[in-house]
Amino acid sequence: MSVKRLFLTTTLILAPAMMAGQSQTPQAPKVTPGPAANVDGATGGLDPASMLKPLAENWPTYSGDYTGRRYSTLTQINQQTVKNLTLAWRIQLSAATGLGANAGRTGGAGGGANVIVGGEGTGEYPSGMPTIKGAVLAVDGVLYLSAPDHAWAIDARDGRELWHYYWKTRGGTHIGSRGMGMWHNYLYFETPDNYLVSLDARTGQERWHVPIADFDQQYFSTMAPVVIGNHVLVGTGNDLDMPGFLQSYDPITGQRQWIFYTVPMNPGDPGLNTWPSLDAARHGGGQVWIPGAYDPETKLYIFGTGNPTPGYTGVGRRGDNLFTCALVALNVDTGKMAWYYQTSPHDTHDWDSAQTPVLIDGAIAGRPRKLVSTASRNGYFFTLDRVTGETVVTGKFGATTNWAKGIRANGAPDPDPANEATIPGSLVSPVEGGVTNWPPPAYSPDSGFFYTQENNSYNILYLTDPDPRGSMGLGGKTVAPVGAAPNALQAIDYKTAKPGWRHEWPRGGGGSNGMLATAGRVLFTGDGSGNLVAFDAMDGKMLWHSRIGNPSNGPQTFQLDGKQYLLVATGDVLWSFVLY
Amino acid sequence: MRARTTLAVTALVLAATIAAKLAAQGAPPPPPPPPGGAPQTPAPPQTGRGNPTATFPAQQRPPADPALVTRGKNIFEINCRACHGGDLRGGDMGGPNLLRSPIVLGDQEGELMEPIIRNGRPNSSGGTPMPPFPSVTADDVKALAAYIHSVAATMRGQGSPPAGEAVTLNIVVGTATAGQAYFAANCASCHSATGDLKGIAARITDPMQLQNAWVSGNGRGAGGRTPTPVTVTVTMANGQKAEGRLQRIDDFLVVLVPADGRARAYARGPNVKVDVHDPLEPHIKLLARLTDKDMHDVTAYLVTLK
Repeated sequence: MSVKRLFLTTTLILAPAMMAGQSQTPQAPKVTPGPAANVDGATGGLDPASMLKPLAENWPTYSGDYTGRRYSTLTQINQQTVKNLTLAWRIQLSAATGLGANAGRTGGAGGGANVIVGGEGTGEYPSGMPTIKGAVLAVDGVLYLSAPDHAWAIDARDGRELWHYYWKTRGGTHIGSRGMGMWHNYLYFETPDNYLVSLDARTGQERWHVPIADFDQQYFSTMAPVVIGNHVLVGTGNDLDMPGFLQSYDPITGQRQWIFYTVPMNPGDPGLNTWPSLDAARHGGGQVWIPGAYDPETKLYIFGTGNPTPGYTGVGRRGDNLFTCALVALNVDTGKMAWYYQTSPHDTHDWDSAQTPVLIDGAIAGRPRKLVSTASRNGYFFTLDRVTGETVVTGKFGATTNWAKGIRANGAPDPDPANEATIPGSLVSPVEGGVTNWPPPAYSPDSGFFYTQENNSYNILYLTDPDPRGSMGLGGKTVAPVGAAPNALQAIDYKTAKPGWRHEWPRGGGGSNGMLATAGRVLFTGDGSGNLVAFDAMDGKMLWHSRIGNPSNGPQTFQLDGKQYLLVATGDVLWSFVLY
Repeated sequence: MRARTTLAVTALVLAATIAAKLAAQGAPPPPPPPPGGAPQTPAPPQTGRGNPTATFPAQQRPPADPALVTRGKNIFEINCRACHGGDLRGGDMGGPNLLRSPIVLGDQEGELMEPIIRNGRPNSSGGTPMPPFPSVTADDVKALAAYIHSVAATMRGQGSPPAGEAVTLNIVVGTATAGQAYFAANCASCHSATGDLKGIAARITDPMQLQNAWVSGNGRGAGGRTPTPVTVTVTMANGQKAEGRLQRIDDFLVVLVPADGRARAYARGPNVKVDVHDPLEPHIKLLARLTDKDMHDVTAYLVTLK
């Protein structure tokens, strides 16, 4: 069986059409494994067990560790020393490949000296300027990072390019690449045209690539794969009313281990009674854009799901639309759901719940609790019991958020249908981008605060497609931005969902900013006005800043040769700060 | 099932390979003809490979022979429209939306549609089953597929459907007299129907643009007036003041342009007072309490100020 399937690999890649043809329902392709050729990198390198330890020298997975806290135990950079941070190096990444449409662009770190080329496309699509919108892995002195169709290894000591992998794409929405996953000496990343690609981290040579979603069905893949034990967790995205799913792959062979659909796909599936029909559910979205968190004690992988589709016209999908806009907890070995908690029932504003959840070992009313918290794009903050998914506290953290008519008994905000897109216009806050978005939050056990961006803008939502069937995708509406109250950085008390401190940005500040907290009791983020800023994580006092441009990913830290580095990207430029 | 699938693979590999080769060849093909007489907004550019806006196969596909598309449209109108809708997005008889059908999206030239058209299929959502069309010819299926794909090729970004027929929607649903009363109570301290807003509805003739302009207070680009610029006053520790148009502000610097036109930056600090004067501040405050009803009423009033 497996031998036969191996033979089919090439033909499957040539004939994406066939995948859909196997089934009369919208679902992911029958995926075949890649050839399990060379496995000499399956030992050594990054031990997956090391990711269970608190975040320190390395940054080996999307959020640093599995908790999603983005809290580093490093203390060299702290409240006293942060003012002495200085630039170690800065590099401009290059998409130059020496090939086709991308031959011309040179410059940058390595100038495309050592480009390894893969991919199923013709190489005719221009790459443009690469933008780093995800995590950079820092493992034993090497940085691994990605942009759509590109991956690089960089020497962490001087920013020198070690290799550059270029993927010839077939197309797809090139919105971003959230980074790579690593298992021993192997790297994993997703391409916009829906392949999981595995590289040898030592050389950049491709090991294999396997299709993870149907390109014809207009999936596109952005998530940073998350490696947990011998699972490579892979999410995909889609804007065309297709079902979302999370898949697990074998890190050696690329063979799929399980698939979990975020919407009901078959008669009798749980959640089907929250949709008007199976057809609506199967086209109901719930994409998996962003890595989740993992609790090794319960073996639960907890992640946020995307919005239901069609996005703005809920008329054809009346009901809560499970399991879209939810936190979902799956057993990582089986892919079976243990619990869910819907943070946005029946969303009609494109406010996915694809925000990084944060595991907190805390105390509620004096009792130790295993918790998970999330600040949702819809403007609400939630703390749940992460074993059961039961609500602990809900609070609104968007100052101007106005779309819900109340809070349900289970702590979920109750959407007011009057605030959906209407023909004469509906004045809604936040705007499509939400109060927060994919840029990751952070949590510090020193302060007990959950740090998030807080964006407060209004728009008028006009329904332009009043068809009773609903529109498709994100169509059917016109959005008019009409003003913004000040944005802020908020430190939320996870126990009360109320702000511990809140820093209001001056006019024009805020926006898309990820967070980093450290045991040096410093919080790093961008201010939206071109500065990377360090705050006192306890009280919000500003300690340091550098006008390097607006960060395009969340700040990170690692330690090498006894020195702690601070790492952040601004578009195609990577900045490394250090204390000498 | 697996054997059938394997057989299908061979045919599909051929079809996909041919399609890929066609797509990769030569000059960009012209846009496909519109799928009907309905007014169309311009389709996304159909330049095929090498065009980053044609991101997905449904839009990368080279256009079919217009005569074939027309024949397919005729077949569709007669046999399929009642169930699948004139716009292919599903119809009154319960047929599914074909534009987001995995079968249609995966099909090249009818090979996936053909067995379903010929044999019919049960409705997975419990609705009316698709009836069989046993006498359909291979050429009919090809024509139908060409038509359906030609419509799918006109889909717009982020899964939006083809533009379809233009629909005129009236956004003016409020009561002008109620709007006038609201205006008198909430807006008249800054604005006047006989002063700055005189003839506003003649300058901004589209009610949607007018509503956006008055709610935001920023009518620029919509026939309104250029808003008064944001200004700032910086008071230094020694009491000295600097004033001008605000160019940029963050927590560390404020940059202003005084009357002489030369921008100056001032470091912020505990002894430096910064006062920003935003003429739109009342509008930002208004947003927090403006109900949709009041908004629609005021718009209904303002559209009368021609």
